[in-house]
Formats: sequence, structure tokens, C-alpha cells
Amino acid sequence: MWRFAKRLKNDGIEFLSNQGMAVVVDGFLDGQFSQLQLLQDESNPDFVLEVVSLFFEDSERLLNDLTIALDQQNVEFKKIDAHVHQLKGSSSSIGAQRVKNVCIAFRNLCDEQNAEGCLRCLQQVKQEYLLVKTKLEALLRLEQQIVAAGGAIPMLNEFC
Amino acid sequence: MGGGVATETHQFHVLAVDDSIIDRKLIERLLKTSSYQVTAVDSGVKALEFLGLLDDVDVDNTDSNSHHHKVEVNLIITDYCMPAITGYDLLRKIKESKLFKDIPVVIMSSENVPSRINSCMEQGAEEFFLKPVQQSDVNKLRPHLMRGRKSQNHKRKPVEECLSPDRTRTRYNNHDLEL
Repeated sequence: MWRFAKRLKNDGIEFLSNQGMAVVVDGFLDGQFSQLQLLQDESNPDFVLEVVSLFFEDSERLLNDLTIALDQQNVEFKKIDAHVHQLKGSSSSIGAQRVKNVCIAFRNLCDEQNAEGCLRCLQQVKQEYLLVKTKLEALLRLEQQIVAAGGAIPMLNEFC
Repeated sequence: MGGGVATETHQFHVLAVDDSIIDRKLIERLLKTSSYQVTAVDSGVKALEFLGLLDDVDVDNTDSNSHHHKVEVNLIITDYCMPAITGYDLLRKIKESKLFKDIPVVIMSSENVPSRINSCMEQGAEEFFLKPVQQSDVNKLRPHLMRGRKSQNHKRKPVEECLSPDRTRTRYNNHDLEL
């Protein structure tokens, strides 16, 4: 449910960027994401897009490294833990709380040197990542639509 | 916000150190909203290199790094967990340096480990921020920067300070330090 849509006036994009709209999309994104939106303004109009793009690149690289690391004969748990730590950090910084939470569980499994558990966790974190990626891409598209429409309210069918 | 700073001297320059590209982008943006000039590097080694402190060589002893003058940095903010040189190692090296020991250093960490926080504060860190770093955290930097500038510029009008002699992390209202 996009409650912000009801309050969206002609200043649509400003509302989105400057008012720190609370974007809690089914719990996928937490308050940290709103903080990122607050940092976007006229002089840095692409800030959120840039951070999100970096998050996608960084996460995909890490998930790839994790897949390779867990596919080895001798699993190096320290290395895996280091990758997960990084992913936990970046997901936390962007507000991707479900990804972050899976990373916390993942690190515990690394501590226990539980290879099977780690594999399951990797699948889970990949799933969560894809879910939040979908949400973020939708959000960015929405922002673009608002800008393109000169601040008018966009069609919101896809979000209901 | 910082009107007293902009008029007489140039902007404060903050060196930010973080191996995460996302966190680097975030801290850079946060610092720039406070009108600080920012240099962001991705490792402790690069930070030391920037400061001219690589190989424990202070710039005023030799110019092997072709640094003929000390680089002007007013505050260093660094991540704790980094490969090779940790934020703690970096803090120590800065505090051991003749040229930079008085530069305020702030540590950031995603983990809330009391012993870690204590050892950083004991080593001379001014603040310890938990990640993700917020605007409210960055607002705490100004008193440390102002204090540094005050000790540099003796000719400036005295600035009223609420500084306690010990190293407790006193909370400042930014406006108290403005004339």
C-alpha cells in the first residue's frame, strides 16, 4: 500500500526526495532507506540511484564469490565469513533489513563451520536479495516516472 | 550552520577511510551536506599514503614521498574492520605521528563491541559511531573540528567552549560554539 500516494501533490518528486517518505515495503526496506532519500536533493539528484546501483553490483559480486567459495572441496569459513560480513554491512547501509538478517544467521553458521547450513543460507540470502532488488528497481522506476511526468501522480496499479 | 568558519578560512577537510564502496559513498555524502571537503580512500594503507606516513616516515624528516609540505586534514573518520590495516591500527599510527597526533580521529563500526569501543577511545579516538552512520552522528564532528581550528588560529576571537578536560564524549549543541 502506497500511503504516500494520497499525499502526493504537484511537488511529487520533492516529497519523495526531501520529505523522507517512510518506505517500508512489506518490511524489505527499513528506516535507513529513508535516510538515503533524505540525502538526495537538487544538487545530488541521483544519489539514491547511485547508491542502489553500487549495492546491486557489490552484492552480486559477493554472492558470486560466496557461491564459488562454498563450492570448494575445502570450505574456507573465514573467507566466507569475510564476504558475508561485507554483504551484511552494505545491506545494512542501504536499509535492506531482510538481507542483513539472513547475513547475521549466515555468520553464525560460519562460526559453527556448518557447510550445509551455509549452503542453505546462501540460497536464502540470494532469494532475499532478489526480492529487495525487485522492490528497489520498482521504486527507482516510480521516481523516474514522477520526474518524467513533471511531478504528477503516476499510475500505481503495480504496487497495490 | 558554520557561518563563522566559512568567512575567514577554507572549508574543513575530512579524510574518510572505508573499504566498502557503499559506505564510502554514504559517508562522503553525509560529510558534504555539512559542507566539509572530503577525501575518501578505500584502505588504511591509502590513508597513510595520503598523509605521507607510509613506512613510518614522517614528512618533515624526509621527502622520499615527494611531499614537501604536510597535507591539510582536519579530521579523520575511519571504518574499524578493514583488511590489512584496521581502523584501530590506523588510529594508533596517527597518534604516534608527530604531525598528525592532534588531528581528531573518529571510528565507525557495524559491530557494537564494548571492548572494541573502549580500546579505541583509550587510544585517543574522539568518537565511535555505529553503522549505518547517520546525519546526527556527523553533526557531532563539528565541535572537534572547531576545537582544532581554534588551537591553530590564536588571533581569532575566543570561542566559548564547553569542553571538559577529560575524554568523555560530551554532547555539544552546535550553536553554543558559534559567536
